[in-house]
Amino acid sequence: MVDLIKMVEADNAAARSKHPAFKAGDTINVHVKIKEGNKERIQIFTGAVIQRRNPNGAGETFTVRKISNGVGVERIFPLLSPNIDKIELVREGRVRRARLFYLRGRQGKAARIREKKKPVK
Amino acid sequence: MSGLIGKKIGMTSLYNADGQALACTVIQAGPCVVTQVKTDDNDGYSAIQIGFDDKKEKNTTNPLIGHFKKASTAPKRKVVEFKKFTTDVTLGQVLEVADIFQEGNFVDVVGTVKGRGFQGVVKRHNFAGVGGQTHGQHNRGRAPGSIGACSFPSRVFKGIRMGGRMGGNRVKVQNLRVLKVYPEQNVIVISGSVPGSKNSYVLIEK
Repeated sequence: MVDLIKMVEADNAAARSKHPAFKAGDTINVHVKIKEGNKERIQIFTGAVIQRRNPNGAGETFTVRKISNGVGVERIFPLLSPNIDKIELVREGRVRRARLFYLRGRQGKAARIREKKKPVK
Repeated sequence: MSGLIGKKIGMTSLYNADGQALACTVIQAGPCVVTQVKTDDNDGYSAIQIGFDDKKEKNTTNPLIGHFKKASTAPKRKVVEFKKFTTDVTLGQVLEVADIFQEGNFVDVVGTVKGRGFQGVVKRHNFAGVGGQTHGQHNRGRAPGSIGACSFPSRVFKGIRMGGRMGGNRVKVQNLRVLKVYPEQNVIVISGSVPGSKNSYVLIEK
């Protein structure tokens, strides 16, 4: 029974593998397709991932937060949406929890996320 | 009209070309078998009877085994009659999903709602409730309020909405779009929700 649902969701696997692995704390560029009349252009939204919801589900979403002109802006994207052209991983962050809502109350220096140290070869 | 019997598998969501997420229901509909063709001459009305979902012969009564043997098919768990069936069928014919439904069709789905048990008026009839805790309220939050006048008529009118058993009734949801059809697995994906629990039988009509 579950297999039949997986069969219907088969296209999702392809959409998922298109994107790099990222998690809360990482900084990413989201290339969003925007339709204006008949024209389509791509807008880039850069910010820190503060949560991923319904991981591995058909309705998986992630929230990206950035500070724009001194105002905090959060956008929620459906991971598998065809409107997401591309996701680029800019910086991996080191955080100790999966949901970074504590960033909402912070500004400037206090809102920094430590960078993950690369393993030494 | 034509239609099939199906089994609700579950729900998921798909994206359309505009990037909108559509909630959809996955239904296994078929293979169904025509188990009887009723005619005006023989039965007084015309209809076709179709069966779905095999069951074991040892779990079937002898009269029913005979009935299914006439259509030379295995005993079926669910048997339903359709009147005014537009597709021409013969006894024993196997109906697949792709014979009847194509992508983009609009269908009606009939199912039995999940039983909710004894429910109050807020859940059962969408009463608003009291909506406040102050002004002397302390235990009336979900009460129905007045159910009628006093010495005239000295009774409660029939049909006043009150608490009671909810769910378990037959419901038809109309005009649902067929998003996808998988002919090999006999699976049909329909936009929106459909009454009933997983593994419950539904009728899909076109």
